[in-house]
Amino acid sequence: MAKGIRDKVAILGMGCARFGERWDKDEDQLMLEAYEEALADAGIEPSRIDAAWLGAAFDAQNIGPSGIPLAMALRLPDIGVTKVENYCASGTESFRGAVYAVASGACDIALAMGAEKLKDTGYGGLPVRTRGTTHDMIGITGSAPGNFAQLASAYRGVHGVGKDDLKRAMAHVSVKSHANGAKNPKAHLQKAVTMEQVLNAPMIAEPLGLFDCCGVSDGAACAIVTTPEIARSLGKTDIVTVKALQLATSNGWEMQASGWNGSYFHTTRIAATKAYDEAGITDPRSQLSLIEVHDCFSITELVTMEDLHISKEGEGWRDVLDGFYDADGGIPCQIDGGLKCFGHPIGASGLRMIYENYLQILGRAGERQRQDNPVFALSHNLGGMPNQNVSSIAIIGRADA
Amino acid sequence: MSDFGILAYGAYVPVARLQRSAIHATNKWFAPGLGGLAKGEKAVANWDEDSVTMAVEAARDALDGIDRAILQRVTIASTTLPFADRQNAGIVKEALNLPDAVGAMDVAGSQRAATSALFAALGGNETTLVTAAEIATPKPASEREMTSGDAAAAVVVGAGQPIARLVASHSVTMDFVDHFREAGEAHDYDWEARWVRDEGFARIMSPAIAALLGKAGVEGAAIDHFLVPVAVKGVPEMLAKKAGIAPEAIADALGANLGHAGSAHALVMLAGALETAKAGQRILLASFGQGCDLLLLEVTDAIGSVKPRLGLSGWLARRVESTNYAKYLFHRGLLQLDRGMRAEHDSKTALTALWRNRKAVLGLVGGRCTKTGTVQFPKTEVSVNANDHTVGTQEDYPLAEVPAKILTWTADALAYSPDPPSCYGNIDFVGGGRMMAEFTDFPEGALDVGADLRMMFRIKAYDENRGFRRYFWKAAPAF
Repeated sequence: MAKGIRDKVAILGMGCARFGERWDKDEDQLMLEAYEEALADAGIEPSRIDAAWLGAAFDAQNIGPSGIPLAMALRLPDIGVTKVENYCASGTESFRGAVYAVASGACDIALAMGAEKLKDTGYGGLPVRTRGTTHDMIGITGSAPGNFAQLASAYRGVHGVGKDDLKRAMAHVSVKSHANGAKNPKAHLQKAVTMEQVLNAPMIAEPLGLFDCCGVSDGAACAIVTTPEIARSLGKTDIVTVKALQLATSNGWEMQASGWNGSYFHTTRIAATKAYDEAGITDPRSQLSLIEVHDCFSITELVTMEDLHISKEGEGWRDVLDGFYDADGGIPCQIDGGLKCFGHPIGASGLRMIYENYLQILGRAGERQRQDNPVFALSHNLGGMPNQNVSSIAIIGRADA
Repeated sequence: MSDFGILAYGAYVPVARLQRSAIHATNKWFAPGLGGLAKGEKAVANWDEDSVTMAVEAARDALDGIDRAILQRVTIASTTLPFADRQNAGIVKEALNLPDAVGAMDVAGSQRAATSALFAALGGNETTLVTAAEIATPKPASEREMTSGDAAAAVVVGAGQPIARLVASHSVTMDFVDHFREAGEAHDYDWEARWVRDEGFARIMSPAIAALLGKAGVEGAAIDHFLVPVAVKGVPEMLAKKAGIAPEAIADALGANLGHAGSAHALVMLAGALETAKAGQRILLASFGQGCDLLLLEVTDAIGSVKPRLGLSGWLARRVESTNYAKYLFHRGLLQLDRGMRAEHDSKTALTALWRNRKAVLGLVGGRCTKTGTVQFPKTEVSVNANDHTVGTQEDYPLAEVPAKILTWTADALAYSPDPPSCYGNIDFVGGGRMMAEFTDFPEGALDVGADLRMMFRIKAYDENRGFRRYFWKAAPAF
């Protein structure tokens, strides 16, 4: 039995570009912005990087395929650079590549980059794209809000939650993230909103209104990882290590068989259980200090609170309304604004979540810093749609925890 | 020895009924003379329907409870076939998931297309599915726009216990051009109606009807159902009078609540008549177009033994009123709306992949694992059953006729749809099988978890760059 990733890899440095409508920047410039911060944080020369991973989901929008765009943007020293794509979970996927490389002993220091340039399409929302020649004949292309909105119809049916109750809980998710985003200078959306604004916003995909949907942004985020030993040898004293790194990928059961009821993420439940086991967490509700989840839509965040085994099934909406996930609640969720307000440059998002967790654990989160000395921080990065997806979970924490 | 004739019949009428008053309200300023026609409603096909999809629905209506394996040939008659070169009847065949060893024929080119196809079937010795469908695109503010409607019908002809037999037939062919539409043109061009009535209907059809009755040795008074698929008021009455046919025998030409369905209208009216016909009754079906086709049918004792799934009356009752003339114009390509950049998505079809997956795509054939019984769509090498990795155990499992229910749904205003919002969700088939399906024909507010569904064959997307439409199955409210 594998022992897992716990404490084998330390984060040496991280960086994150300012997210938003970066009309003036190409994707390679955004990557450089994140990299320069990460490199300075790591305190190493570029020549020390042994391998790199690039996570990008819509490569056709700006950079094109392969690892070459990252190698070119950073002028990496002819090392192996691998491009990975796992829908919106591509950022955590790149992190996984770098972490595994270090854990295997094949590399001393590895780099993970996630980047996306989405605002070159000419329209709002994610670019329309094919899912393959056969799928295009029998599947639904739809939109991201349309796919995720379906969680709400099923959740209401399964748990007997009233339409207005659920809509208010969803609205609370967004109001909370906007309040958090207002304190984040790198966030795409830095303006607080009211419950009324959220509830009365135009409908995008029933029952998701405009404020139930995250921002579509340009951005990049970067991590440089190494072993805890090398980190110490480089003079680091405050060490953050990877406690768990799990990925669960749908095999078609949700979409084609008949056991799934449409109201939750099958993969997230599996990945969460494995991640807690790997990290040695037995009671996530009391042990997790903060979480960053894939809040592409308010309803996604809401059901994820249950899928992460923090809220009881069917009661996540009550915890949300009780403020349990607010910045000053039991477990803050999206203390940086989340996808909702920090923004969602697809390939960068998983690394952006880890970036925030890393800052919070080190006490470097500025005005939005959680004051109770965070120990374990979880990030949940989801790609695809409720009935067919990739769910990844990364838990990082203090090396001594 | 078994008898030969019509074994089954069915019809199809699109659910939307555009109110003629709404058309006139828009066009009155330009064409005030059409006010007299501005009453009643016309059936209009949805954006995702064409003559092929409507023919498929009519065929399903006719084939309810009938073993499809008896069919040896499939025919589609229409002057509005979607493909000029790709056998349209072949698409109908695939949608009905018929065995490959069947013949197929497209019949076009005249308002007599459906009766010509029916003639051919009745004169042959094969069990033939004859379908006819029409989707009209008349010029806005034309009389034809007021009188036309979209519909389809189907009959099965063959050996067995027919519900109606052909007693006599008669055809005349004369190049009388009352209206025309050149290949590739969208709209018909009509000559003066009074001339068509007096020189066409009266002088061509009347003697032909007399000739038919003479051939059959039957008096006009012996006709119980006189079917004249002509939209012009008074014409059936005039022809009946001349032929000695009783006024009560004249069938309703469906002008008030459907409209004239072009070349399909003769078969639509026949399907309507067979619903109420009694054993021993005589049906005279007349169709006009560069001459005329006339069929005299006799209803047999078996008439009560076969019923369509809904039948014309059932389809006419399944209706949603619409006053949205602009939507109709947009769906027919007569009004250019700004569809937004999302509509620019390329819908190119890989014909190789379509061929490999034709049963799933066109026939909605899924798979059932012979070991675990798991039903799934589409069929795959490894069964979806999470408990048992069976490989290569899936057998064909047709899902098109299986009822389904909504598991999840959304009404998506972001994704492009010609009929926004785009509605889709996960659906469960009764007895197993699940898929994400597009919803169609749903009235606003009717989508709900657990709602009952029936699958319908529709257009999934248009590839405007290459002129190719992609078909697939969608979920409609159960009927």
